[in-house]
Amino acid sequence: MAYRFISYIGELSLLGGRTFYWALVPPFKIGRILAQSKRVGPGSFFIASLVAFFIGMIMSLQMAYQMVELSAEIYIPSIVAISITRELAPVLTALIVAGRVGAGMTAELGTMTVTEQVDALKAFAVNPVKYLVVPRFLALVIMLPVLTIFSDVIGILGGFVICVYKLFISPSLYWSMVIQALTAKDILTGLCKTIVFGAIIALVGCHQGLNVDSGAEGVGKATTQSVVVSFILIIMADCLFTTMFYFIWNM
Amino acid sequence: MIEIVNLNKSFGENVVLKNVNLTIETGQTKVIIGRSGVGKSVLLKSIMGILIPDSGSIKIDGVEVTDLPEKEYNKIRMKIGMVFQGGALFDSMNVAENVAFVLNEFMRLDKRTVDKKIEESLALVGLQGVEDMMPSELSGGMKKRVSLARVLCMDPEVIFYDEPTTGVDPVTADAINTLIVELRNKLDVTSIVVTHDMNSAYKVADKIAMIYSGQVIAEGTPQEIQQATHPVVRQFINGDAKGPITDGEHLVFGHLT
Repeated sequence: MAYRFISYIGELSLLGGRTFYWALVPPFKIGRILAQSKRVGPGSFFIASLVAFFIGMIMSLQMAYQMVELSAEIYIPSIVAISITRELAPVLTALIVAGRVGAGMTAELGTMTVTEQVDALKAFAVNPVKYLVVPRFLALVIMLPVLTIFSDVIGILGGFVICVYKLFISPSLYWSMVIQALTAKDILTGLCKTIVFGAIIALVGCHQGLNVDSGAEGVGKATTQSVVVSFILIIMADCLFTTMFYFIWNM
Repeated sequence: MIEIVNLNKSFGENVVLKNVNLTIETGQTKVIIGRSGVGKSVLLKSIMGILIPDSGSIKIDGVEVTDLPEKEYNKIRMKIGMVFQGGALFDSMNVAENVAFVLNEFMRLDKRTVDKKIEESLALVGLQGVEDMMPSELSGGMKKRVSLARVLCMDPEVIFYDEPTTGVDPVTADAINTLIVELRNKLDVTSIVVTHDMNSAYKVADKIAMIYSGQVIAEGTPQEIQQATHPVVRQFINGDAKGPITDGEHLVFGHLT
């Protein structure tokens, strides 16, 4: 199990290295990156926003459950803002995109592999990593932080709805508490993580797709594995980064 | 000229090609026959560099390609077109984009030239008015013809056909066979055709080679193959269910129990 995990990480790193290399080799086809970005960004905006909005509301309600007893509900906006920007928005957006886009990438590339389309690319002297992986990788690495910024704002708006209409905190107080609590460090920490999450989703999605065994069953299996592996690696990377940032900021 | 010497390729325990030796002269059409799963497609993919052989030598126009850097290999690949078994058309592109793939990817041509080339290539395979259709809207035979048009669009010196007439109606199959012959006669195209359609093999081949158990067991002109005495070759070309090929399979082949 440990051997398989390490060799899988090795394969992902190799694909990552080849992706970096081919991303720097001309010609640069911006159209392909934009097409993939459209699928990742605008395509996932609605569901990511919906989840962020409800998470903001749920966070406020759960906080209220405890804080009202301590008469400390005034701190809810700060807690909601910090937890959403540092943790919840980046991770949940990444998980949503892994489920939606990462799985789609695996299914698409997997089908291309089993129907010999990837072989056809090679036969036409086109490198599959350059043609298929690089645009998807760049689209995810660019669009996931953008989606997360929207999720940050919409999550905080979700908290606003509960704080203002249920806990009767004035809107101006809510926003001033949010702004007071948030530092650039909180937002940047969250966004830095999403770049890595984006890379994980793209590499896992493409690796699984390009290494499909055969047939429809193989594609289905690879798609499921892609989502599971992305989820695990995102959570592991999140834990690693949170620990790392914790020690860096406290040094 | 393509020279293959002692080529070996295995997938795990499964030995697919065992010391295969073949020579394809420039301007000639070599047909490779053999049962499904015998390694015919693997041979084509090995020559294209899509699969890496375990050992052996492949020379294309005198250049050893098995250890060639990718960039150099790509220059050779640009001269070779491959028609895949299922067409392998790119799902996300329409027919016109598929046909003009190489032109759009590597050459900076104006739209009118590209459109003309697409029309010419499609006309050669007997298709018109399908430019805007998506591959999912095409029948199996049409996919194969578009795949051939995509190859013709790049003006190749060598064409590999992976079962070009399988799954195609007899009329289209004959048209494809005629086209393969014409490409050789008029444009001096070198071809390797992998098939188990013997009608097609006799029609297009200058030479036929039969692969069995990973090895070339017979090679010759269509007439020589037709007169071959090797029992395996005889069973295959006659299409008999019983014979040395199926002896070891312990199958109730073609009989109800």
